[in-house]
Amino acid sequence: MAAKPRLFSVAIAALALLSMAQSALAILPIEHWQTAAGAKVYFVANRSLPMIDVSVEFPAGYGYDDVEKSGVAAMTNSLLRLGADGLTEDDIARRLADVGAVLGGRFDADGAGLSLRTLSALPQRRQALDVLVRILSAPAFPAAVLDREKVRQIGALKEADLKPDTQVARTFYRLVYGRHPYALRSSGEVATVDTLTRNDLIAFYRRHYVAERAVVAIMGDLTRAEAEAVAEQLTQDLPRANGAAPVLPRVEPLEQAITRMVAHPAAQSHILIGAPGISRTDPDYFSLYVGNHILGGGGFVSRITDEVRQKRGLAYSAYSYFSPLQRPGPFIIGMQTRRDQATNALAVVRETLREFVANGPTPQELLAAKQNIIGGFPMRIDSNRKIHGYLGFIGFYGLPITYLEDFVANVERVTVADIKAAFARRIDPDRLVTVVVGADRDQTLSAIPAR
Amino acid sequence: MMKSIIKNLIAMVAAWTLLAGGAFAAQGGGDVAVRELANGLRVIVKTDRRAPVVVSMVWYRIGSVDEQSGVTGVAHVLEHMMFKGTRTVPAGEFSRLIAAAGGRDNAFTSRDYTGYFQTLHKSALPLSFRLEADRMVNLVLSEEEVAKELKVVMEERRWRTDDRPHAVVFERLMGTALVAHPYRNPIIGWMSDLENLTIDDIRAFYDKWYAPNNATVVVVGDVAPADVFALAEQYFGAIPRKVLPARKPQTEPEQLGPKRLTVKVPAELPFVMMAYRVPRLQKPAEDWEPYALEMLQSVLSGNAAARLPQTLVKTDRIASSAGASYDGVNRGPAFFYLSGAPVAGRTAAEVEQGLRREVQRIVDSGVTDDELNRVKSQVVAAKVYERDSMFFQARQIGGIESVGLSHRDLDLFIEKMKQVTADQVREVARKYLVDDRVTVAYLDPQPLDNAPARIAPPAGVRHGS
Repeated sequence: MAAKPRLFSVAIAALALLSMAQSALAILPIEHWQTAAGAKVYFVANRSLPMIDVSVEFPAGYGYDDVEKSGVAAMTNSLLRLGADGLTEDDIARRLADVGAVLGGRFDADGAGLSLRTLSALPQRRQALDVLVRILSAPAFPAAVLDREKVRQIGALKEADLKPDTQVARTFYRLVYGRHPYALRSSGEVATVDTLTRNDLIAFYRRHYVAERAVVAIMGDLTRAEAEAVAEQLTQDLPRANGAAPVLPRVEPLEQAITRMVAHPAAQSHILIGAPGISRTDPDYFSLYVGNHILGGGGFVSRITDEVRQKRGLAYSAYSYFSPLQRPGPFIIGMQTRRDQATNALAVVRETLREFVANGPTPQELLAAKQNIIGGFPMRIDSNRKIHGYLGFIGFYGLPITYLEDFVANVERVTVADIKAAFARRIDPDRLVTVVVGADRDQTLSAIPAR
Repeated sequence: MMKSIIKNLIAMVAAWTLLAGGAFAAQGGGDVAVRELANGLRVIVKTDRRAPVVVSMVWYRIGSVDEQSGVTGVAHVLEHMMFKGTRTVPAGEFSRLIAAAGGRDNAFTSRDYTGYFQTLHKSALPLSFRLEADRMVNLVLSEEEVAKELKVVMEERRWRTDDRPHAVVFERLMGTALVAHPYRNPIIGWMSDLENLTIDDIRAFYDKWYAPNNATVVVVGDVAPADVFALAEQYFGAIPRKVLPARKPQTEPEQLGPKRLTVKVPAELPFVMMAYRVPRLQKPAEDWEPYALEMLQSVLSGNAAARLPQTLVKTDRIASSAGASYDGVNRGPAFFYLSGAPVAGRTAAEVEQGLRREVQRIVDSGVTDDELNRVKSQVVAAKVYERDSMFFQARQIGGIESVGLSHRDLDLFIEKMKQVTADQVREVARKYLVDDRVTVAYLDPQPLDNAPARIAPPAGVRHGS
């Protein structure tokens, strides 16, 4: 059979890449410990560039918002850097820029935090870290700044509300997640942002930005002892947990298919199709990840791109992905197409998904996907920034510290049967949310229209 | 924030990628080696051994600036067609082979150049060279593939420009600011030109411009230059050079006074964007004005405490965002941009006045040493940070070479930036940010309801020759 030599070759490739991966990890071993205040620390030393990346993240994303105060999580996060411990927002920005440091952050459904990239030379590093410590540990949430930011945020929300890509995402998440906070808009609603007070921000900060639940990721030009000192400094003055950790509610499965058409004058219809997918620690993760690579995650060579773009020229971008979160994050298929082609494109995508869920990938497709994912492994860890990202991600979701070492073997292990079974368990083509923005009139259909 | 909007718009000018979602790689800091093959192909190698990875790029010194009237967008359409097969590699096979080697590939078209890249394990560099050399000479264009890909590109245009108010403003601003130079046309092309583009237009462009003596190969990664040169000779060495058409200067005539335009599209907030005609970098060792303009841009919006966000957003609270940008490394005319969006209840005119006021403040009183030193620290640090990305390094080298400058100038930039004085910053503001050089575009937001449903071109319009 033709498959035999191919499997042999992938085994060879996997072996070669495993050794490659291990050598990369041997150069970059992950060190892990806890600070005195209880924060988890993940560290990789890399002395080849005179720079460091540091981040501190908390379970403080918009999943912890409630409907009435939607937007408080985002506003809390964005105001950290706008005044702290006697420093004005301009003091903070100037002190960082003076040493060439760059402040960044993370904000999504599950997490929120700050990250810092700085030169590792002591004067620069000391000044930059001092700012980071102060904005994390003693944010001032100045009322005047909050007022201004509320006005800006409301303007941005109104602006975004007119855009078809915003409309399609908002409608999609509402229909997929119902009353679950994952349905909330990440930065809040016009009406709720307007009601936010300084006390709301302080309360959110004290409850969620606590040392015991912090994850510190450090990458770069430091010794272990220096990294330990940095981690202590960053976490010692954080608020302490008061009671049990807040828990995100369960995600309920969809009861039925819903198709919603939303009128919009855009040249293109923006389309999202999907359902609740999987959590970060789901045992089906690798089967679904590899399967989706074949379905719509692998770029030009994936089925959805092939059917929609390569064969029919219906879209510039057509894709699918799982977005695993603390609780099941969404499975999404997305595309944009000229409005009069939307029905046709939808039919193509639905048929592609239906066929894939029914029959799974071919052995050749699985082989090609593994070759790409495994062969591409070195590119996942070829920069400080990428490795730093993995540190935070491993820590935040409590993944094994050997996650990267195990990655290749976990991909290699996946079979056609695994993918077929996992998709059958997780994705029901007859129970999906479909949103089309860029229709001629508003319309809601609770069953899939005939193809 | 506004800075990022402008940067995005500039990036849009700079690069239309083949596939949504880019690639990104890592790491650097080595010497650069250069060799020119007998057929004129330049090969530039930067060794970076932090990971067993290589970024391989082929840059053609050909972009939308080289397009004739009526066929705008052809450089970018050709970039898409380069994935559609050669005599020996069928359509789609290029990406399949790269994927099977664990790699990622994509391409980008700018005003000045077109680039193709792969990021791969270092052992797969021969594959990259074999495929790139093949499509440098053996491209096969079929009516069927051209028809489909033109539809894809039209979707790309709708997605990137037509449905994005700020992108429409930028497109129309360029169309107004310039009268003769082809930078007035969008890289992706006008929709009517895309609708009427033929396979012969695309083939003619390929035949004229795709040649080793119009290309630069850039490789960054865990490789030895001698090995890369040998591989390049092996795969590209036999490709014959071409006589390239003369490039007409198409010099933009002097602007004779301020220009204004209004763009009415569905949106919530107004927006203003101003483009001042300024010098571009031509002689990196001798010029000083482009560096001073770059410093001016940073003083205005290079950090969260810079003048435009500080004054317009935080103190005066006129704008929700405000920023400056300068695109001085080009083959064609350069602009210095100011832009901003008013907060609710304020107008585009108030933001424009605010932007002008900040420029005038610099003309009147100059900038402080603190401000300059802050910006210089940022420049020096950024030079270290960029070594964390192999992809970025390769892109920088290819980009600078493709506009007719040298990769060696990249280090010179830092030195020249450090030498800029406060007086020089003030001088370029005084000399160039003047009314006779400006084009001002306003976005006049229209309600969604009043917008006519845009009439899509009839399905299946395509041409056969």
